[in-house]
Amino acid sequence: MSAWGREREARDARITAGRSLADGKHVAAADAVALLEAVLRPGDRVCLEGDNQKQADCLARALAACDPARVHDLHMVQSGIVLPEHLDVFETGVASRLDYSYSGPQGARVARMLSEGRIRLGAVHTYLELFARYFVDLTPNVALIAAVSADREGNLYTGPNTEDTPTVVEATAFKNGLVIAQVNAIVERVPRVDIPADRVDFVVAADRPFYVEPLFTRDPAAMTETQVLMAMMALKGIYAEYAITRLNHGIGFGTAAIELLLPTYGERLGLKGKIATHWALNPHPTLIPAIESGWVKQVHCFGSEVGMDRYIRERPDVFFTGADGSLRSNRAFCQTAGLYACDLFIGSTLQIDLAGHSSTITRSRAAGFGGAPNMGSDPHGRRHPSETWLKAGREAGGNGDPALRRGRKLVVQIVETFGEGLAPAFVERLDALAFAETLGLELAPVMVYGDDVTHIVTEEGIANLLLCRDADEREQAIRGVAGYTEVGRGRDRAMVERLRERGIVRRPEDLGIEPLDADRSLLAARSIKDLVHWSGGLYDPPARFRNW
Amino acid sequence: MSAPGALSWYEAGARQRIAVLLDQSSFAEILGPAERRMSPHLPLFGLPRAFDDGIVVGRGRLDGRPVLVAAQEGRFMGGAFGEVHGAKLVGLLRLGLTERPAALLILFDTGGVRLQEANAGETAIAEAMRAIADLRAAGVPVIGLVGGRAGAYGGGGLVAGTCSGLAVSEAGRISVSGPEVIETNRGAEEFDARDRALVWRTMGGKHRYLIGGADAFAEDTPESFRKAALGLIDAAAPFDLATLEAEQARLERRLDRFGETLDGRDVWARLGVNDPEGIPAATDDAFRASAEGCRESARDAR
Amino acid sequence: MDRLSFRHATRRPHPGTRAEAIAGVVASGNLEILLERVLAPDLCTVEIETPVTGYGDVWEAVVADFVARAQPGGLRISINDGGARPDTVSLRLLQGARLMEEAP
Repeated sequence: MSAWGREREARDARITAGRSLADGKHVAAADAVALLEAVLRPGDRVCLEGDNQKQADCLARALAACDPARVHDLHMVQSGIVLPEHLDVFETGVASRLDYSYSGPQGARVARMLSEGRIRLGAVHTYLELFARYFVDLTPNVALIAAVSADREGNLYTGPNTEDTPTVVEATAFKNGLVIAQVNAIVERVPRVDIPADRVDFVVAADRPFYVEPLFTRDPAAMTETQVLMAMMALKGIYAEYAITRLNHGIGFGTAAIELLLPTYGERLGLKGKIATHWALNPHPTLIPAIESGWVKQVHCFGSEVGMDRYIRERPDVFFTGADGSLRSNRAFCQTAGLYACDLFIGSTLQIDLAGHSSTITRSRAAGFGGAPNMGSDPHGRRHPSETWLKAGREAGGNGDPALRRGRKLVVQIVETFGEGLAPAFVERLDALAFAETLGLELAPVMVYGDDVTHIVTEEGIANLLLCRDADEREQAIRGVAGYTEVGRGRDRAMVERLRERGIVRRPEDLGIEPLDADRSLLAARSIKDLVHWSGGLYDPPARFRNW
Repeated sequence: MSAPGALSWYEAGARQRIAVLLDQSSFAEILGPAERRMSPHLPLFGLPRAFDDGIVVGRGRLDGRPVLVAAQEGRFMGGAFGEVHGAKLVGLLRLGLTERPAALLILFDTGGVRLQEANAGETAIAEAMRAIADLRAAGVPVIGLVGGRAGAYGGGGLVAGTCSGLAVSEAGRISVSGPEVIETNRGAEEFDARDRALVWRTMGGKHRYLIGGADAFAEDTPESFRKAALGLIDAAAPFDLATLEAEQARLERRLDRFGETLDGRDVWARLGVNDPEGIPAATDDAFRASAEGCRESARDAR
Repeated sequence: MDRLSFRHATRRPHPGTRAEAIAGVVASGNLEILLERVLAPDLCTVEIETPVTGYGDVWEAVVADFVARAQPGGLRISINDGGARPDTVSLRLLQGARLMEEAP
């Protein structure tokens, strides 16, 4: 082989090393540790598939059990740090470097291990950034992925939680990397081929099915009157006024309340068919009443949601499904859709500062970003117009020929002024700055930059930042909806009243909403059971959400 | 499904439930919030008090008939029995003996005895059970309605078991030891408290109705509970030796019949329910139809 | 436990004739508010019992805004707080004030 094929030679050597443990491509779960020790080389870049929901947990346990004398200093490049094993590998020395996107449940431990120097951090990315870097300079040598089933040849069926898998495999398999899949079952014939066999080198029959977290289930029973009020304001003051049809929602209770108000309050406002028709969204159970009421034309999904499989299968007009009938999700494509094809992102955050920067990082937790910064940003590469986008662009002002003026994506933060434990959502200085200082990061982990945010919705009102003409106005607009937080109480009352006259700050009464009418009875479903009924019995919620 | 706009019994508070259950504007509260009969114990623990100590008691009318009524507030400390809370219920029950209303209604919503006032709470449970027996012996039916978040647990389950008749909704739960208590004492293998479907198959409204632990099955609406309460008042059997012996015999038969079953579904299958697997997901109407003819009946003694 | 007490002059008596009302329930993040029409019509008092200490200035601001907005003259308002957020407090106060305007 010429000097141009060294990577391929190395790949062949790894396959040969693993072959002795395999029957064809198939390896028993009991041999998973031996397989990894045989094929991995010190310093390898490894993607251990840890998605938002789906986890290659069997391979994660195997990697954590590898002998650090043989496998060490791996560079982990994966979107989710979710399982304890994802960090155990840094304790043992199996891995030493990390580039990731999201670490919800492990956020506190990541922060601790970073400050102890156990993890050398490349960067915290958005999903799309990390995926992009897989193809440029963070290409995995070995990908450890998860699928529902495989056939003898190694064709994979990922099931509804396709998520990151196609992207990870594309980057690894076509650049001389090795792909090892754990599967729940070996079958004669897979229901559909999500990953063709020629991109898969080894298949491990897992000792138990991979774990999927129900991340997007919001129990309507836990929604508060305050969240109903904020949802009413968002619908009337933003969705209706900008006629938003293409959108993405975050996963908080505020946005779930909006979903549940579409068939009730939205219907009353005469908005059916005019807003919220096309979505980039996980299959939120709280969207079921809107779908069943005919509000929703179609939904493309990043991943799936536990218990939604049968419902999705029976609603192929709405969801993207395969020839087998089950959901086909794809995180990379859906993130791209959320970035470029949606006119609105609305989500929640933990902290917003006086410039409108927001962050979910607190001093002791490095939760990462996931996809919110991609969805929650104004894409400068966008070229197609829409009425919503153009109207927002006009409000942002500017001079010159209107035909040369960009539109704006609506990026809305919907937050209650106080969060859990009475922690204020509005702060003078983000904890993310202290976090960055402590760890010596060049860049503070900001979720959504202030210049991307167009509106902030709180229980006190809506601040329209597009209409602000200078930093002072922005600050007072933000203070003007910051309620009884210190930031809110520090407002210039006279200036906030002037902003209110210009429609920059709007109170519920300015929108014709009586806060005392914000009642839970407006929710199309007030319990998980109601959602099951709306679905005609097709939604099968996880046991922990049941009260029947 | 609770239609948007309709009041859900499960979601409603104690005062709301009374207001919608009784004849309009007929309720007169005894020891209302303005009297501020609050717990003397909770401040010692740095815990907030409630003006009514989590229970509303008073007089009212149900379909024109005079009734006494008590409603627990399940959101305040899980509706638990403290000293004042318990004394209000016991006092109301004893008032029944002198006033002889058409019925005394208890709207249960309780996790049991308040840990911070456990002695007083336990005493109140015993006194309430004694008072219910006296009241029933005097010919006043005591009707329990169970459909709140907290269910009827601990001592509340015992008091419920003493009533002449019980109406329960699907979301209602009746038991003595709660799921977490069982798991803590016997391990998750014995009872996984996080498996909520299991919790409801074991303690939930449908199961209790099927095995005769409750006498009426209500939808999650005030109208349905009202109808159930009226039916139970009329159906109350005399509190005499024959009733108690019949119930004792029934409970012995139940133990024979279901003693070694491991899951609610097995019990339902032995009862002869069509499609036991489908019971949890069945709508209220479909469930009532399945239960008809095969459920056990408690003959108003329990 | 913090015990707070505020006293405000009001411009007018609170509308309605209802003597007493209660709004909300003491639970985590929630509160109950007892309103009694027992004071002179140009006076409103608010007494608060809360297990969350150190938020006196926030309570003061919330109560002052409520009084300015609702003018609840003649009302003695008593609050048992379970750690409610200020916006929840505002909402309950307004709910209580509206109840007092209803027929007794």
